Amino acid sequence: MLQYAFMRYAFYASTFIAITCGVVGVYVVARQFSFLAHTLSEIGFAGAAFAAFAGIPSLWGMILFTLLGSIGVGELTLHTDQKESSISAISALFIGLGVLFLSISNSNARYATSILFGSIIGVDLQDVYQLIILSLIVIVLLILVARQLNYDSFDHIGAASHHLKTGLVSLVFLIALAMSVSIGSQIVGSLLVFILLTLPASTARYLGKSIWSMIIWSVAFALIGVWAGLYLAYVTNWPVTFFISIIEVAIYLLAYGLHQLKRN
Amino acid sequence: MILDVHNLTMKFDNRTIFQDLDFQLQEGSMTALLGPNGAGKTTLIRILLGMLAPTAGSFQFDEHVKLGYVPQFRNIDPEYPLSIRSFIELNGPLFKSKQFKQEVDHELEEMNLTSIQHTRMGEASGGQKQRAYLAQALLDKPNMIVLDEATASLDPSAKEELMALIQHLNKKHGMTVLFVTHDVPLAKKYMKEYLYLDHGTVQAGKIADFQEVYS
Repeated sequence: MLQYAFMRYAFYASTFIAITCGVVGVYVVARQFSFLAHTLSEIGFAGAAFAAFAGIPSLWGMILFTLLGSIGVGELTLHTDQKESSISAISALFIGLGVLFLSISNSNARYATSILFGSIIGVDLQDVYQLIILSLIVIVLLILVARQLNYDSFDHIGAASHHLKTGLVSLVFLIALAMSVSIGSQIVGSLLVFILLTLPASTARYLGKSIWSMIIWSVAFALIGVWAGLYLAYVTNWPVTFFISIIEVAIYLLAYGLHQLKRN
Repeated sequence: MILDVHNLTMKFDNRTIFQDLDFQLQEGSMTALLGPNGAGKTTLIRILLGMLAPTAGSFQFDEHVKLGYVPQFRNIDPEYPLSIRSFIELNGPLFKSKQFKQEVDHELEEMNLTSIQHTRMGEASGGQKQRAYLAQALLDKPNMIVLDEATASLDPSAKEELMALIQHLNKKHGMTVLFVTHDVPLAKKYMKEYLYLDHGTVQAGKIADFQEVYS
Protein backbone atom coordinates (compact mmCIF):
# COMPACT_ATOMS: atom_id res chain seq x y z
CA MET A 1 0.00 0.00 0.00
CA LEU A 2 3.02 2.28 0.46
CA GLN A 3 3.38 2.53 -3.32
CA TYR A 4 0.60 5.13 -3.13
CA ALA A 5 1.92 8.59 -2.35
CA PHE A 6 -1.16 9.56 -0.29
CA MET A 7 -0.68 6.52 1.96
CA ARG A 8 3.00 7.35 2.48
CA TYR A 9 2.11 10.93 3.37
CA ALA A 10 -0.59 9.72 5.72
CA PHE A 11 1.93 7.44 7.44
CA TYR A 12 4.54 10.18 7.81
CA ALA A 13 1.98 12.67 9.08
CA SER A 14 0.32 10.28 11.51
CA THR A 15 3.70 9.15 12.89
CA PHE A 16 4.52 12.70 13.94
CA ILE A 17 0.97 13.29 15.15
CA ALA A 18 1.15 10.17 17.32
CA ILE A 19 4.50 11.16 18.83
CA THR A 20 3.32 14.70 19.61
CA CYS A 21 -0.06 13.67 20.99
CA GLY A 22 1.51 10.80 22.94
CA VAL A 23 3.96 13.12 24.69
CA VAL A 24 1.51 15.97 25.27
CA GLY A 25 -1.11 13.49 26.46
CA VAL A 26 0.99 12.45 29.46
CA TYR A 27 0.70 16.02 30.74
CA VAL A 28 -2.94 16.39 29.68
CA VAL A 29 -3.85 13.44 31.91
CA ALA A 30 -1.52 14.44 34.76
CA ARG A 31 -2.97 17.97 34.81
CA GLN A 32 -6.52 16.58 34.51
CA PHE A 33 -7.07 18.48 31.29
CA SER A 34 -8.93 15.70 29.45
CA PHE A 35 -12.11 17.75 29.35
CA LEU A 36 -10.16 20.75 28.05
CA ALA A 37 -8.58 18.59 25.32
CA HIS A 38 -12.08 17.53 24.28
CA THR A 39 -13.25 21.15 24.25
CA LEU A 40 -10.25 22.25 22.20
CA SER A 41 -11.15 19.60 19.64
CA GLU A 42 -14.53 21.27 19.22
CA ILE A 43 -12.89 24.68 19.06
CA GLY A 44 -10.64 23.27 16.34
CA PHE A 45 -13.76 22.40 14.34
CA ALA A 46 -14.90 26.04 14.62
CA GLY A 47 -11.46 27.15 13.48
CA ALA A 48 -11.59 24.96 10.40
CA ALA A 49 -15.07 26.28 9.61
CA PHE A 50 -13.73 29.81 9.96
CA ALA A 51 -10.86 28.88 7.63
CA ALA A 52 -13.38 27.71 5.01
CA PHE A 53 -15.24 31.00 5.40
CA ALA A 54 -12.08 33.10 5.21
CA GLY A 55 -10.53 31.06 2.41
CA ILE A 56 -7.37 30.08 4.32
CA PRO A 57 -5.99 26.56 4.92
CA SER A 58 -7.98 24.75 7.62
CA LEU A 59 -4.84 24.03 9.70
CA TRP A 60 -4.22 27.76 10.22
CA GLY A 61 -7.83 28.42 11.15
CA MET A 62 -7.63 25.61 13.67
CA ILE A 63 -4.38 26.85 15.21
CA LEU A 64 -5.77 30.38 15.47
CA PHE A 65 -8.96 29.26 17.21
CA THR A 66 -7.44 26.63 19.48
CA LEU A 67 -4.77 29.11 20.64
CA LEU A 68 -7.40 31.74 21.41
CA GLY A 69 -9.61 29.11 23.00
CA SER A 70 -6.95 27.59 25.21
CA ILE A 71 -5.61 30.95 26.38
CA GLY A 72 -9.19 32.07 27.05
CA VAL A 73 -9.88 28.91 29.02
CA GLY A 74 -6.56 29.27 30.84
CA GLU A 75 -7.39 32.84 31.86
CA LEU A 76 -10.93 31.97 32.93
CA THR A 77 -9.91 28.93 34.95
CA LEU A 78 -7.18 30.92 36.73
CA HIS A 79 -9.78 33.31 38.09
CA THR A 80 -12.68 31.00 38.84
CA ASP A 81 -13.30 27.82 40.79
CA GLN A 82 -15.81 26.67 38.22
CA LYS A 83 -13.26 25.25 35.81
CA GLU A 84 -15.67 22.93 34.01
CA SER A 85 -18.42 25.54 33.68
CA SER A 86 -16.07 28.09 32.16
CA ILE A 87 -14.74 25.47 29.74
CA SER A 88 -18.33 24.63 28.78
CA ALA A 89 -19.10 28.30 28.16
CA ILE A 90 -16.09 28.76 25.88
CA SER A 91 -16.91 25.51 24.11
CA ALA A 92 -20.51 26.59 23.47
CA LEU A 93 -19.35 29.94 22.09
CA PHE A 94 -16.91 28.36 19.64
CA ILE A 95 -19.20 25.57 18.43
CA GLY A 96 -21.87 28.19 17.77
CA LEU A 97 -19.36 30.18 15.74
CA GLY A 98 -18.29 27.03 13.91
CA VAL A 99 -21.84 26.28 12.83
CA LEU A 100 -22.27 29.88 11.68
CA PHE A 101 -19.02 29.98 9.67
CA LEU A 102 -19.77 26.64 8.06
CA SER A 103 -23.19 27.84 7.06
CA ILE A 104 -22.15 31.22 5.59
CA SER A 105 -19.07 29.85 3.83
CA ASN A 106 -21.20 27.67 1.53
CA SER A 107 -19.04 24.65 2.27
CA ASN A 108 -20.49 21.33 1.39
CA ALA A 109 -21.30 18.57 3.84
CA ARG A 110 -18.24 16.63 2.74
CA TYR A 111 -15.93 19.39 3.97
CA ALA A 112 -17.68 19.38 7.35
CA THR A 113 -17.37 15.61 7.57
CA SER A 114 -13.68 15.66 6.79
CA ILE A 115 -13.05 18.33 9.45
CA LEU A 116 -15.00 16.41 12.07
CA PHE A 117 -13.91 12.87 11.29
CA GLY A 118 -10.57 13.36 9.58
CA SER A 119 -9.37 12.10 6.25
CA ILE A 120 -6.29 10.31 5.02
CA ILE A 121 -6.61 11.19 1.38
CA GLY A 122 -6.45 14.92 1.97
CA VAL A 123 -2.81 15.03 3.10
CA ASP A 124 -0.22 16.14 0.53
CA LEU A 125 3.56 16.54 0.82
CA GLN A 126 3.34 20.18 1.82
CA ASP A 127 0.91 19.25 4.63
CA VAL A 128 3.39 16.63 5.82
CA TYR A 129 6.17 19.21 6.07
CA GLN A 130 3.88 21.61 7.91
CA LEU A 131 2.83 18.91 10.38
CA ILE A 132 6.43 17.87 11.01
CA ILE A 133 7.53 21.46 11.65
CA LEU A 134 4.59 22.13 13.95
CA SER A 135 5.21 18.86 15.81
CA LEU A 136 8.83 19.85 16.33
CA ILE A 137 7.76 23.27 17.64
CA VAL A 138 5.47 21.58 20.18
CA ILE A 139 8.23 19.21 21.31
CA VAL A 140 10.76 22.06 21.60
CA LEU A 141 8.26 24.13 23.63
CA LEU A 142 7.83 21.21 26.02
CA ILE A 143 11.58 20.60 26.30
CA LEU A 144 12.15 24.30 27.14
CA VAL A 145 9.90 24.07 30.21
CA ALA A 146 10.26 20.32 30.82
CA ARG A 147 11.66 20.44 34.34
CA GLN A 148 9.06 22.92 35.55
CA LEU A 149 6.30 21.21 33.58
CA ASN A 150 7.15 17.83 35.14
CA TYR A 151 7.19 19.21 38.66
CA ASP A 152 4.04 21.32 38.22
CA SER A 153 2.05 18.58 36.46
CA PHE A 154 2.92 15.80 38.90
CA ASP A 155 3.24 17.80 42.14
CA HIS A 156 1.64 21.20 41.75
CA ILE A 157 1.87 22.05 45.46
CA GLY A 158 5.52 21.04 45.68
CA ALA A 159 6.31 23.10 42.57
CA ALA A 160 4.47 26.14 43.95
CA SER A 161 6.34 25.85 47.25
CA HIS A 162 9.58 26.04 45.26
CA HIS A 163 8.45 29.32 43.70
CA LEU A 164 8.32 27.81 40.21
CA LYS A 165 6.51 30.04 37.73
CA THR A 166 3.53 27.72 37.47
CA GLY A 167 1.43 30.31 35.62
CA LEU A 168 4.00 30.60 32.85
CA VAL A 169 4.39 26.82 32.64
CA SER A 170 0.63 26.50 32.35
CA LEU A 171 0.49 29.05 29.53
CA VAL A 172 3.28 27.37 27.54
CA PHE A 173 1.54 24.03 27.98
CA LEU A 174 -1.82 25.43 26.81
CA ILE A 175 -0.11 26.71 23.65
CA ALA A 176 1.50 23.30 23.06
CA LEU A 177 -1.86 21.61 23.66
CA ALA A 178 -3.69 23.91 21.25
CA MET A 179 -1.11 23.19 18.54
CA SER A 180 -1.30 19.44 19.19
CA VAL A 181 -5.07 19.49 18.78
CA SER A 182 -4.74 21.31 15.45
CA ILE A 183 -2.03 18.96 14.23
CA GLY A 184 -3.82 15.81 15.35
CA SER A 185 -7.11 16.87 13.76
CA GLN A 186 -5.56 16.65 10.31
CA ILE A 187 -5.75 12.87 10.31
CA VAL A 188 -8.21 11.76 12.98
CA GLY A 189 -10.50 14.77 12.73
CA SER A 190 -11.39 17.36 15.29
CA LEU A 191 -14.18 15.32 16.87
CA LEU A 192 -11.84 12.48 17.82
CA VAL A 193 -8.41 14.03 18.25
CA PHE A 194 -8.89 14.03 22.03
CA ILE A 195 -8.65 10.23 21.82
CA LEU A 196 -4.95 10.47 20.90
CA LEU A 197 -4.44 13.13 23.57
CA THR A 198 -5.96 11.15 26.43
CA LEU A 199 -6.25 7.39 25.92
CA PRO A 200 -2.61 6.38 25.20
CA ALA A 201 -1.46 8.48 28.15
CA SER A 202 -4.20 7.10 30.42
CA THR A 203 -3.09 3.59 29.50
CA ALA A 204 0.55 4.56 30.12
CA ARG A 205 -0.31 5.54 33.71
CA TYR A 206 -1.05 1.91 34.48
CA LEU A 207 2.33 0.78 33.14
CA GLY A 208 4.89 3.51 33.78
CA LYS A 209 6.14 4.60 37.19
CA SER A 210 8.33 7.46 35.95
CA ILE A 211 7.55 10.30 33.58
CA TRP A 212 9.98 8.96 30.98
CA SER A 213 8.46 5.49 31.00
CA MET A 214 4.95 6.92 30.76
CA ILE A 215 5.98 9.02 27.76
CA ILE A 216 7.49 5.97 26.04
CA TRP A 217 4.39 3.83 26.65
CA SER A 218 2.06 6.64 25.62
CA VAL A 219 3.89 7.30 22.33
CA ALA A 220 4.06 3.57 21.65
CA PHE A 221 0.30 3.11 22.08
CA ALA A 222 -0.43 6.19 19.97
CA LEU A 223 1.84 4.85 17.21
CA ILE A 224 0.28 1.38 17.33
CA GLY A 225 -3.15 3.01 17.04
CA VAL A 226 -2.43 5.21 14.04
CA TRP A 227 -0.27 2.71 12.13
CA ALA A 228 -2.66 -0.20 12.60
CA GLY A 229 -5.58 2.17 11.98
CA LEU A 230 -4.15 3.33 8.66
CA TYR A 231 -3.41 -0.21 7.56
CA LEU A 232 -6.89 -1.47 8.48
CA ALA A 233 -8.52 1.54 6.84
CA TYR A 234 -6.56 0.81 3.66
CA VAL A 235 -7.53 -2.84 3.66
CA THR A 236 -11.20 -2.42 4.54
CA ASN A 237 -11.95 1.05 3.17
CA TRP A 238 -13.59 1.89 6.51
CA PRO A 239 -12.77 5.19 8.25
CA VAL A 240 -9.30 5.37 9.79
CA THR A 241 -10.69 7.21 12.83
CA PHE A 242 -12.96 4.30 13.62
CA PHE A 243 -9.99 1.92 13.81
CA ILE A 244 -7.81 4.31 15.81
CA SER A 245 -10.64 4.77 18.31
CA ILE A 246 -11.37 1.11 18.87
CA ILE A 247 -7.68 0.18 19.04
CA GLU A 248 -6.95 2.83 21.67
CA VAL A 249 -10.07 1.96 23.66
CA ALA A 250 -9.25 -1.77 23.49
CA ILE A 251 -5.67 -1.20 24.72
CA TYR A 252 -6.95 1.05 27.49
CA LEU A 253 -9.59 -1.42 28.68
CA LEU A 254 -7.06 -4.25 28.62
CA ALA A 255 -4.57 -2.28 30.73
CA TYR A 256 -7.35 -1.17 33.08
CA GLY A 257 -8.58 -4.74 33.51
CA LEU A 258 -5.08 -6.06 34.21
CA HIS A 259 -4.51 -3.23 36.69
CA GLN A 260 -7.71 -4.09 38.57
CA LEU A 261 -6.85 -7.81 38.58
CA LYS A 262 -3.38 -7.09 39.95
CA ARG A 263 -4.81 -4.84 42.60
CA ASN A 264 -7.28 -7.44 43.89
CA MET B 1 19.55 33.68 65.88
CA ILE B 2 18.24 32.10 62.70
CA LEU B 3 14.96 34.03 62.35
CA ASP B 4 13.88 37.39 63.72
CA VAL B 5 10.22 38.38 63.26
CA HIS B 6 9.29 41.96 64.02
CA ASN B 7 5.80 43.49 64.24
CA LEU B 8 4.46 41.12 61.61
CA THR B 9 0.82 41.83 60.72
CA MET B 10 -1.48 40.09 58.25
CA LYS B 11 -4.95 41.18 57.17
CA PHE B 12 -7.20 39.70 54.50
CA ASP B 13 -9.59 42.46 53.44
CA ASN B 14 -10.70 43.82 56.80
CA ARG B 15 -10.09 40.65 58.80
CA THR B 16 -6.97 40.69 60.94
CA ILE B 17 -5.31 37.28 61.02
CA PHE B 18 -2.57 38.38 63.40
CA GLN B 19 -1.08 41.67 64.51
CA ASP B 20 2.41 42.77 65.56
CA LEU B 21 3.92 39.32 66.00
CA ASP B 22 7.37 39.42 67.57
CA PHE B 23 9.46 36.31 68.06
CA GLN B 24 12.87 34.78 67.35
CA LEU B 25 14.04 31.28 66.51
CA GLN B 26 17.50 30.07 67.49
CA GLU B 27 19.76 27.99 65.28
CA GLY B 28 19.34 24.28 65.96
CA SER B 29 16.04 24.80 67.81
CA MET B 30 13.05 22.48 67.51
CA THR B 31 9.95 24.60 67.70
CA ALA B 32 6.32 23.53 67.61
CA LEU B 33 4.00 26.13 66.09
CA LEU B 34 0.75 25.50 67.97
CA GLY B 35 -2.65 27.12 67.83
CA PRO B 36 -6.30 26.41 67.04
CA ASN B 37 -7.69 26.07 63.53
CA GLY B 38 -7.86 29.39 61.71
CA ALA B 39 -5.34 31.08 64.01
CA GLY B 40 -3.13 31.75 60.98
CA LYS B 41 -0.41 29.12 61.38
CA THR B 42 -0.28 28.25 57.67
CA THR B 43 -0.57 31.95 56.75
CA LEU B 44 2.44 32.73 58.94
CA ILE B 45 4.42 29.90 57.34
CA ARG B 46 3.52 31.05 53.84
CA ILE B 47 4.73 34.57 54.68
CA LEU B 48 8.01 33.26 56.10
CA LEU B 49 8.52 31.20 52.93
CA GLY B 50 7.95 34.23 50.71
CA MET B 51 4.77 32.83 49.16
CA LEU B 52 2.61 35.60 50.63
CA ALA B 53 3.39 39.26 51.41
CA PRO B 54 2.57 40.48 54.93
CA THR B 55 0.39 43.55 55.43
CA ALA B 56 2.99 45.14 57.71
CA GLY B 57 6.10 44.31 59.72
CA SER B 58 9.22 42.42 58.75
CA PHE B 59 11.19 39.25 59.27
CA GLN B 60 14.81 38.41 58.72
CA PHE B 61 16.43 35.00 58.29
CA ASP B 62 20.11 34.54 59.03
CA GLU B 63 21.98 34.97 55.75
CA HIS B 64 23.20 31.35 55.79
CA VAL B 65 19.72 29.87 56.07
CA LYS B 66 18.65 27.38 53.44
CA LEU B 67 14.97 26.58 53.90
CA GLY B 68 13.22 23.29 53.27
CA TYR B 69 9.44 23.14 53.32
CA VAL B 70 6.92 20.30 53.53
CA PRO B 71 3.45 21.72 52.69
CA GLN B 72 0.29 20.54 54.43
CA PHE B 73 -1.65 19.12 51.48
CA ARG B 74 -0.54 17.27 48.36
CA ASN B 75 -2.67 16.05 45.46
CA ILE B 76 -1.74 12.39 45.59
CA ASP B 77 -4.76 10.20 44.82
CA PRO B 78 -4.74 6.37 44.97
CA GLU B 79 -4.20 6.21 41.19
CA TYR B 80 -1.17 8.53 41.28
CA PRO B 81 1.35 6.76 39.03
CA LEU B 82 4.86 7.95 39.95
CA SER B 83 7.06 5.77 42.13
CA ILE B 84 8.34 7.16 45.43
CA ARG B 85 11.75 7.63 43.81
CA SER B 86 10.37 9.43 40.72
CA PHE B 87 8.26 11.65 42.96
CA ILE B 88 11.28 12.71 45.00
CA GLU B 89 13.28 13.29 41.81
CA LEU B 90 10.72 15.87 40.61
CA ASN B 91 12.72 18.30 42.73
CA GLY B 92 15.80 17.83 40.56
CA PRO B 93 17.24 18.38 37.11
CA LEU B 94 15.68 16.96 33.94
CA PHE B 95 18.72 14.84 33.17
CA LYS B 96 19.95 13.19 36.33
CA SER B 97 23.68 13.19 36.97
CA LYS B 98 25.36 10.38 38.87
CA GLN B 99 25.87 12.76 41.76
CA PHE B 100 22.17 13.65 41.88
CA LYS B 101 21.22 9.96 41.84
CA GLN B 102 23.54 9.39 44.79
CA GLU B 103 21.89 12.26 46.65
CA VAL B 104 18.49 10.69 46.02
CA ASP B 105 19.84 7.31 47.22
CA HIS B 106 21.09 9.00 50.37
CA GLU B 107 17.76 10.71 51.15
CA LEU B 108 15.85 7.49 50.45
CA GLU B 109 18.08 5.71 52.92
CA GLU B 110 17.84 8.43 55.54
CA MET B 111 14.02 8.37 55.30
CA ASN B 112 13.81 4.53 55.38
CA LEU B 113 12.40 4.41 51.85
CA THR B 114 15.11 2.49 49.97
CA SER B 115 13.31 -0.86 49.94
CA ILE B 116 10.03 0.67 48.71
CA GLN B 117 11.45 3.28 46.33
CA HIS B 118 9.72 1.66 43.35
CA THR B 119 6.30 1.54 45.03
CA ARG B 120 3.83 3.95 43.47
CA MET B 121 3.13 7.02 45.59
CA GLY B 122 -0.60 6.37 45.15
CA GLU B 123 -0.19 2.97 46.79
CA ALA B 124 2.12 4.12 49.60
CA SER B 125 0.82 4.49 53.17
CA GLY B 126 0.31 7.89 54.77
CA GLY B 127 3.56 7.62 56.69
CA GLN B 128 5.52 6.57 53.61
CA LYS B 129 4.10 9.50 51.65
CA GLN B 130 5.05 11.98 54.38
CA ARG B 131 8.58 10.58 54.44
CA ALA B 132 8.72 10.97 50.65
CA TYR B 133 7.57 14.61 50.93
CA LEU B 134 10.28 15.17 53.52
CA ALA B 135 12.91 13.44 51.34
CA GLN B 136 11.91 15.65 48.39
CA ALA B 137 12.36 18.76 50.54
CA LEU B 138 15.73 17.47 51.83
CA LEU B 139 17.09 17.47 48.27
CA ASP B 140 17.29 21.25 48.68
CA LYS B 141 19.95 20.55 51.36
CA PRO B 142 18.23 22.78 53.92
CA ASN B 143 19.63 23.70 57.33
CA MET B 144 16.13 24.67 58.48
CA ILE B 145 12.99 22.68 57.76
CA VAL B 146 9.37 23.77 58.05
CA LEU B 147 6.71 21.06 58.28
CA ASP B 148 3.02 21.97 58.10
CA GLU B 149 0.76 19.43 59.88
CA ALA B 150 2.96 16.58 58.70
CA THR B 151 1.51 14.09 61.21
CA ALA B 152 -2.16 15.15 60.98
CA SER B 153 -3.48 12.14 59.09
CA LEU B 154 -1.05 9.49 60.34
CA ASP B 155 -1.64 6.53 62.63
CA PRO B 156 0.26 6.52 65.94
CA SER B 157 3.19 4.33 64.85
CA ALA B 158 3.70 6.32 61.62
CA LYS B 159 3.66 9.52 63.68
CA GLU B 160 6.38 8.19 65.97
CA GLU B 161 8.49 7.06 63.02
CA LEU B 162 8.28 10.44 61.31
CA MET B 163 9.02 12.33 64.52
CA ALA B 164 12.03 10.12 65.20
CA LEU B 165 13.35 10.99 61.72
CA ILE B 166 12.81 14.71 62.31
CA GLN B 167 14.59 14.39 65.65
CA HIS B 168 17.44 12.61 63.87
CA LEU B 169 17.75 15.51 61.37
CA ASN B 170 17.96 17.94 64.27
CA LYS B 171 20.47 15.94 66.30
CA LYS B 172 22.71 14.59 63.56
CA HIS B 173 22.64 17.48 61.09
CA GLY B 174 21.87 20.32 63.51
CA MET B 175 18.85 21.20 61.43
CA THR B 176 16.53 23.87 62.79
CA VAL B 177 12.95 22.56 62.86
CA LEU B 178 9.69 24.51 62.76
CA PHE B 179 6.85 22.05 63.13
CA VAL B 180 3.23 23.18 62.72
CA THR B 181 0.84 20.92 64.60
CA HIS B 182 -2.38 20.50 66.58
CA ASP B 183 -0.97 17.56 68.48
CA VAL B 184 0.21 18.96 71.81
CA PRO B 185 1.26 15.63 73.38
CA LEU B 186 3.36 14.81 70.30
CA ALA B 187 4.92 18.29 70.36
CA LYS B 188 5.70 17.91 74.07
CA LYS B 189 7.39 14.60 73.42
CA TYR B 190 9.65 15.64 70.54
CA MET B 191 9.93 19.44 70.36
CA LYS B 192 11.94 21.70 72.65
CA GLU B 193 10.32 25.12 72.13
CA TYR B 194 6.87 26.35 71.23
CA LEU B 195 5.15 29.26 69.56
CA TYR B 196 1.46 29.52 70.42
CA LEU B 197 -0.59 31.52 67.92
CA ASP B 198 -4.13 32.54 68.96
CA HIS B 199 -6.37 35.63 68.89
CA GLY B 200 -3.88 37.34 66.59
CA THR B 201 -0.98 37.22 69.03
CA VAL B 202 1.90 34.84 69.70
CA GLN B 203 3.44 33.44 72.89
CA ALA B 204 6.80 31.68 72.96
CA GLY B 205 8.67 29.52 75.44
CA LYS B 206 10.02 26.09 76.36
CA ILE B 207 7.61 23.32 75.39
CA ALA B 208 7.91 21.81 78.89
CA ASP B 209 6.32 24.98 80.24
CA PHE B 210 3.48 25.01 77.72
CA GLN B 211 0.07 24.94 79.33
CA GLU B 212 -2.56 23.57 77.06
CA VAL B 213 -5.15 26.33 76.99
CA TYR B 214 -7.15 24.99 74.08
CA SER B 215 -8.38 21.47 73.80
